[in-house]
Amino acid sequence: MTVAPEHAPTMARTTLRDRLAPYAPFLLVPALAVAGFLAVQNPASWLTLTVSGLAMGMMIFIMASGLTLVFGLMDVINFGHGAFVSVGAFVGISVLLALGQMTGAPSLGLNLLAVLAAVLAAMTATATMGWAFERVIVKPVYGNHLSQILVTMGGLIIAEQLIIVLWGPEEIYFTRPETLKGALTFGDAAIEKYRLVAVGVGLVVFAAMRFVLRRTKIGLIVRAGVQNGEMVAALGYRLRLVFVGVFIAGSALAGLGGVMWGLYQEVITAHMGNQAMILIFIVVIIGGLGSVEGCFVGALLVGLLQNYIAFVEPKLALISNIALMVAILMWRPMGMIPVVKAK
Amino acid sequence: MIRSLLSGDMPRSKFLGAILLVILICLAFAPFLFPGVRTVDTAARICIFVVLVASYDLLLGYGGIVSFAHTMFFGIGAYGVALSSTHLGRGFDSLIIGAGLGAILAAALALVIGLFSLRVRAIFFAMITLAVASAVAVLVSQISSVTGGEDGLTFKIPRELGPAFKFGKDLFGGELLGVKLNGKLLTYYLIFGGSLILFLTLLRIVNSPFGRVLQAIRENDFRAEAIGYRVVIYRVTATCLSAAVAALAGSLYAIWLRYVGPDTTLSMEIMIDILLMVVIGGMGTIYGAVIGATLFVLAQNYLQNLMSGLSSMTEGLPILPELFSPDRWLLWLGVLFILSVYFFPTGVVGRLRGQR
Repeated sequence: MTVAPEHAPTMARTTLRDRLAPYAPFLLVPALAVAGFLAVQNPASWLTLTVSGLAMGMMIFIMASGLTLVFGLMDVINFGHGAFVSVGAFVGISVLLALGQMTGAPSLGLNLLAVLAAVLAAMTATATMGWAFERVIVKPVYGNHLSQILVTMGGLIIAEQLIIVLWGPEEIYFTRPETLKGALTFGDAAIEKYRLVAVGVGLVVFAAMRFVLRRTKIGLIVRAGVQNGEMVAALGYRLRLVFVGVFIAGSALAGLGGVMWGLYQEVITAHMGNQAMILIFIVVIIGGLGSVEGCFVGALLVGLLQNYIAFVEPKLALISNIALMVAILMWRPMGMIPVVKAK
Repeated sequence: MIRSLLSGDMPRSKFLGAILLVILICLAFAPFLFPGVRTVDTAARICIFVVLVASYDLLLGYGGIVSFAHTMFFGIGAYGVALSSTHLGRGFDSLIIGAGLGAILAAALALVIGLFSLRVRAIFFAMITLAVASAVAVLVSQISSVTGGEDGLTFKIPRELGPAFKFGKDLFGGELLGVKLNGKLLTYYLIFGGSLILFLTLLRIVNSPFGRVLQAIRENDFRAEAIGYRVVIYRVTATCLSAAVAALAGSLYAIWLRYVGPDTTLSMEIMIDILLMVVIGGMGTIYGAVIGATLFVLAQNYLQNLMSGLSSMTEGLPILPELFSPDRWLLWLGVLFILSVYFFPTGVVGRLRGQR
């Protein structure tokens, strides 16, 4: 018998670089904030800009999260997602305008109640619409990206035109509820109250989403479905049902995002979904299609960068998002947190 | 002769061949058959849109790639001609320089976008082009010192192409079949000839081995890669070619209108029109572009009249007049669009060829 060959494996220590790599996207947000601080060079303006950047990012995240999950789960790309944003905004703001007495009163409770009613109405409307959209428009074109893009784009056009038919072609201006107006001051920095609310809502939505995806059984099925749908179906879960649920939830979130976006801008137009769609796409691409965490980080990056650049060099603000996307895709071509598909 | 001109891609249906021939004859003799400013303008628009739609079909129908930046390339060509005519002075040389530079810039931009997005997955391309195209549209309306902003640019084309230029006085007495021989007529034939050459070039491209590989990639990119074709390179090349042709079509459009502006070249509405023309005519057939563009441009002129008629008929009923108002015609286009993708995916040309 021969002796087994000498075998002395060397264990290479994982370098700091390797260990940091998975967290790199998350570190980008504070890094960008620090870079912004260096560029702005004024603590008060920096604080204002950072909060408004975070608020904007949170709202984009709320709108985009549904889209990225729908793609991850069923490989369906929905170009009509922007329609849910506009419809949500129009329904929500109409409710707010109808509740004028409650929003006009200087009482926080009444104001929040009115906003809550608006949000609920908007989410119900967009959830119903999402269900119908999935049934009528998306269902017949599963597995065919080309038709999906064309058909959902058609859906977006129809929704936009129907909004004009129902609400008229003019943009609608309005003011926020009484207690959400104005700003708080910290030292020299003025921070609008509504932006703080938006950051809070965004954090709650993100936390809730992570909780559902990581801690509940339905979340387990969704995550497994993203990785390998066939296997999940083979284990006896009706993935289609799960998918419809995710589509409806994503539409409802887009509606919520629409109301918040409308309240942020204090004006709504039928084209706002179309405009939001562009930001949503950029966020979803740089985050990694299908990844909720990536979408969150991407949205914050887009929001912060846009606000800093608009302050430092307003002319560059238009292309800052495109530049960010180019930079991220050079670094990680599949997006910051690519979703690994087992196939 | 005809076979080699058409690159061996015959209409393959008698009826289709007849329709194409009628369209060709109508366009070739439009100023004589339908004299009148408006009809000649329609004919020129059809010529230009045929090329634009055919170049988009190279991407969508043959390559299976969805792009939302086609109007951007169209606009680059148009602005190229406008800017060069404004700054280099009127003359044919500045038209050629503008068109050439526009086409090169469009191809270069397409190369960059393509390399960024297509190397990962084809679906990125649709999203990234949407983002880039909207950024460019905003940029063009913002830097008004160069582009004229929302107002656009009006520029002068060579004197020989203007209505004041008369010719053929000695031969025909300045008139032929009752049509005045002036520069406007020359411009129309410049547009028509340019469009015809570009169209035949596109037909040549899709029927070349390159076009075949592109179709193979559309059907199954994984298998095409396995056979040994570099999918990315083929897709990016198709993108560049289609962008360059779109830019040239844009140059022709600018020459015809003697004006460029964001609404006539860069707007999302034109992009949607192009999509619709491709789908109605038939994806993956260059002839579909002819049928689609002709039907669409004609419908654009007549459908809106029909809708205003319907709108006034239904007056007094709730919502209905709003639905049929001519401003809402995009709504009905959207419905038509979805229905044709579902039930009519091969378009008019596919149907006609299938009935053979």
